[in-house]
This record gives sequence, C-alpha cells and structure tokens, in this order.
Amino acid sequence: MSPSKTVVRESMEKSLFGKSTKSKVVERLVFALFRLSTYFVLLCAATIFVDIVYKGGKTVFRSEFPFLNVEFLSDSPQTLHVFEHQGRKYEMSDSKFRSFREGIDEPIVTETYAYSGGGIWPCIAGTLLLVAGAMIIAMTLGVLSAIFLSEYSRPGKILNAVRLSILNLAGVPSIVFGIFGMGMFVLAFGWNVSLIAGWFTLAFMVLPIIISASEESMRAIPQGMRDASFALGATQWTTIRTNVLPYAMPGILTSSIIGVARVAGETAPIMFTAAYALRDQLPWEGLERWYDLFFQGVMALPYHIYVVSAKIPQNEYTSRMQYGTAFVFLFIIAAIALSSILLRIRMRKKYRW
Amino acid sequence: MSLVSLRLQKEIKMDTPAVDSQRVDRNRPLIRISDFDFSYGDKQALFDINMDIAEHKVTAFIGPSGCGKSTLLRCLNRMNDLIESARINRGKVEVNGVDIYDERVDATELRKRIGMVFQKSNPFPKSIYENVIYGLRIQGIKKKSQLDETVERCLKGAALWEEVKDRLDTSGLSLSGGQQQRLCIARAMAVGPEVLLMDEPCSALDPVATAKIEELIHELKNDYTIVIVTHNMQQAARVSDQTAFFYMGNLIEMNATDQIFMSPDKEQTEAYISGRFG
Ligand SMILES: Nc1ncnc2c1ncn2[C@@H]1O[C@H](COP(=O)(O)OP(=O)(O)OP(=O)(O)O)[C@@H](O)[C@H]1O
Ligand SMILES: [Mg+2]
Repeated sequence: MSPSKTVVRESMEKSLFGKSTKSKVVERLVFALFRLSTYFVLLCAATIFVDIVYKGGKTVFRSEFPFLNVEFLSDSPQTLHVFEHQGRKYEMSDSKFRSFREGIDEPIVTETYAYSGGGIWPCIAGTLLLVAGAMIIAMTLGVLSAIFLSEYSRPGKILNAVRLSILNLAGVPSIVFGIFGMGMFVLAFGWNVSLIAGWFTLAFMVLPIIISASEESMRAIPQGMRDASFALGATQWTTIRTNVLPYAMPGILTSSIIGVARVAGETAPIMFTAAYALRDQLPWEGLERWYDLFFQGVMALPYHIYVVSAKIPQNEYTSRMQYGTAFVFLFIIAAIALSSILLRIRMRKKYRW
Repeated sequence: MSLVSLRLQKEIKMDTPAVDSQRVDRNRPLIRISDFDFSYGDKQALFDINMDIAEHKVTAFIGPSGCGKSTLLRCLNRMNDLIESARINRGKVEVNGVDIYDERVDATELRKRIGMVFQKSNPFPKSIYENVIYGLRIQGIKKKSQLDETVERCLKGAALWEEVKDRLDTSGLSLSGGQQQRLCIARAMAVGPEVLLMDEPCSALDPVATAKIEELIHELKNDYTIVIVTHNMQQAARVSDQTAFFYMGNLIEMNATDQIFMSPDKEQTEAYISGRFG
C-alpha cells in the first residue's frame, strides 16, 4: 500500500466518522423533543380515556350477571332516592321507590338527587336519531354540491369565492350554528325545538367538512378514468355515476366519519334547536301522525352530560351519571367510526386504483 | 363503406341526401378535415389543417412534442369538447360527409363510432370482464349471452383472450402494462366503432409489448380505420400506410408512409425524420 493511499484513507475516516459532536447533540435534542411531545399527547389522551372508562365503567358494568347495568341503558333519567330502611341503605330511582313504598306502612325519609337515577336510554335514542338524520341531509347536500364543484362548475372567480366561503364556514364556531338554527328553523320556519330543526342545524355545521373532503376525493381521481368513460360514449352524468362516485366513496366516507363524530358530539347547535333536558316519552311514543316524529324535541347524550354536570347541584350520584353517560357516548361514537372505517376498507379493496 | 356511412348517419340521426352519391364516390375519404383552426383560449394550437383519412388504412401523426398531434386526434371524436377553453375557429371535420361539429350531432353517439385509446393505459378499477363491457353496460345492455360474446370477441380481437380467459373476474389493473393497453383496445372495440384513435399507445411499453400492439394494429386494419400518434419513427414506418407530419400546429406534409420516409417533399420533414431536430 502506497503512503498516499493511507493518507486518503485517514482523511476519509476523519470525515465519515464525524468528530463534530455539536450537530449530533442538536440532532438528538430535537429528536428527543419530538418524541417527548408525541408521548405527552399520547399520555393526555390515555389519561382521559382511562379516567372515563374506569369511572364510567363502574356505572355501566356490573360484577354479577348480566354484567351490564340494564337499568342505566334502558331506563329514562329519574330522581334518585337514597334512604335507610330497617338498617339497610337503599338507592332507588323514583319509579322503583314508589312501588317499594307501596308495601311499607311506616314513612320513609329519603334524600333525593335529581337526574341521578334511572338511565339514559332516551338520550341514546335521541343522539342516534339526530346523527342519522343530520348525516343523511349533510351527505346528500354535501355530495351533490361536491359533484357540482368538482365536475360541472367552470373554474373562475365565482368558484373560488364559493370554495373560500365553504372553507370559512368550516371555521365558524358551533354555537353560531346553534343561534342560526334557532333563528332560522326554530323561529322563522316555526319548527320549534324539534328533531328536524336539529337535523338541519347539525347538517349545516358539518356540510363544509363533507363538501371539501368529497370534492377533494373526486378531484383525486385521475382524469384518464373520466376520459376513458367519455371515449366509450358515456355522458357526463353516467361517467360521474359509474366512474367517479364509486372510487371517491372511500374518501367521502372518511369525511363522514369526522362528520359523525362532530354531529354526535356537539352540544351547542342542539341546545337551542333540538334538545330537551328531560322528556318522559321516547321519540316514537305517543305520535298522532307519523311526521310528528320530526317535530318534537329529543334528549341527547352531549346535552345530557352538560345538564347533569352544569345545571344541577353536584354530588357523588350525579358524577356517576356523568361518567356513565360519557362512557356510553364514547362507545357509540367509536362504534360508528369503526363501522365506517370497515366499510371504507371494504370499498378500497373493491376499487383499487 | 356505404354500409358504414349508412350506419353512421342513422346513429347520428342526420338526414342527408348524400347517401347515394357516397355509394358512387369510392375514393372518398372516411374522415375529411378542412381549413381547420383550433385554439385553447387565446393560444392557437392548429392552423388551417386540411387532411383526408382513408378508410381501412393506418394513418400516423408524427411531429415534435407540442405540435398539436393529440389536439387534432382529440378533435376527431370531440374529446376536446370536455376542455373548457377549447374553440374551433374555422373549418370542419367530416366523417362520411357528416360534419361532426354540427349542433345536431350527439357527441356521445359519435364517440361510440370513433373509439379512442390513450397514451397512459387507463383500465377501470373493475374486473377485466366489466372493463370490456363497460360501453355496453352504460347503454343498458344486460343480456348475458351478448355480453359474454362481446367479451370473448373483443379480447380475441385485441389478442388478449388467451392470456386472460381464465381470470376474467380479476381486476383490470392486475394486468401488465402491455396487457392493460390491449384491454383498453378491447374495451374500445366493444362499442363497435369504425375508427380507432390511438394516442401514443406504446409509449409506456417495453419492446415486446410494443411489438404485440403493432402486430395487433396490422390485424385491426381489416376492420377498422386507425389513426395513431407516435413519437417513434420506426413505429410509424412499420405500422402506417400514410403519415402526416406536424410542426407547430401546422400540417407540413402528408403522404404515403413510404414516400414520407424515403423521399419527403419538405425540408422540415426530412430534418425531423432523420433526427436532426425535434
Ligand atoms: N388542455 C389544454 N389547454 C391549453 N393548451 C393545451 C391543452 N392541451 C394542449 N395544449 C397546448 O396545445 C399545443 C399542442 O398540444 P398537443 O398535446 O396537441 O401536442 P402533441 O403534439 O400531442 O405533443 P406530445 O407529442 O408531447 O404529446 C401545445 O402547445 C400545448 O401546450
Ligand atoms: Mg400528445
């Protein structure tokens, strides 16, 4: 080996082995920062979930058969009676307490706690109804406008203005939609506090998300796919129906997942338009005409949480209700999101491009 | 030829008294482009094109990139209708004596008669079977026997049948590039066109796949009139009967392919073909 080669090798090692430690330290620090912030976010999320699942689980689950708190899931919210009778301590919802008292002669002294007995079935039903109706309206309007924006409209100032306003609409706080819904649907249209007013208010709230996401996923479809269809003698609508919408569906569904979570979760838009703090009848009970269904207020999970945690005196019994409701609420949203995700995966498999 | 023209006239629902004269005029071209000016917005892309495309011949469009080959090709089946800024300033395109830009002409019917194969193969993300019959499906044809027959006939016609007959229900996208392009040809054939427009159909293919497509073009010539855009001089020389050379939106020269490649009239053509520019 010649001496010159040795020199080359040494300088090579010098540069490759990089004695400069400063940049390495910075690199490590920055990396550690990223890692820490990610872990921090994870920790926050985990804390919230664990807290709700742990505390809510105590309300929702039971240690003996059927392992679920059936009353909580199938009954209406009631006043809770806490009393002592013959040396035993009882906690009973109002209806149970009444029948219990029937068979007993001596007077019972009870402490009562509003909203802390019974269950949340009307809230579950109300939320499901609200989500279903609002999503049907939002998806229909949203997908139709997205089709127009992505396939039919001509590029230009007006289109840009429309896009910009849709984008801005997405940033409007939900309480503003609530006020708007009250002014428009509840008062001006005279629908009162009703499912249908809530549907439209919620639908308008998620419309921007659905329109932009649907438009995006339609525009992502290669022009070649449309060209091929046109070249085979398809009209524009046929092309959209057979070669744009089906392939855009996974993207549209993704947007709907976000939409569902928002529709189900927001309290502000429904508190003036659709939600009752307490209603004895279930939505489908006592209807005179079928369309009366639309024109009645309902109970809803997020509003119920708000009511039991902010509108009534707090104690250990209301806290059980809050956590139980929050748990059920999380579970329902997760279930809806999960089914949309599964549907999306199935569609992706079918139309892969 | 008269049969084809009758069919075209029936499909496009035109009442022309010219049918008889067509029957007489045996030398009349299938497609005639006259004094054709075309622009995208303010930018003119084609200048005063005059051209005859003969039936059952392969016509090649050659020329440097951006000279307007694809533009003219897309004018032949009105695919340019879909481009917002596209304008025809002057002239006309006649297919069998019918001005295809006449306002009574239904562009979707026209496109069934004049099929198109694109540069980038673009099968639908559906099964091979569904790809081929797409054009029939959208016409509402449901008869299984007819669909089956079409699939077999067109895949055979596109020299793809032997390779895919056992997996017709797999996705068209699972095929190789060359197979995909042949699937697109089969798909175009299924709607029963008289003309096939091909825009650089082999530019994304390897030599073997290219050879297959070229062989196919030779055979298709018997049933179809073919217009092909290509950047490959050898390909133009191999597959075409007549060749048109474009430069900056102008048709510089059009002639029998042998003529163009052996002794072109124009200096520019000679320079392009010999690879001195473009
Ligand atoms: N959709 C369009 N809008 C505006 N201008 C266009 C459009 N398509 C093509 N052009 C322009 O028209 C001219 C001709 O384009 P064309 O695609 O026909 O060329 P080409 O000969 O097919 O080129 P290549 O060989 O690269 O495919 C080019 O200058 C191009 O920039
Ligand atoms: Mg081109």
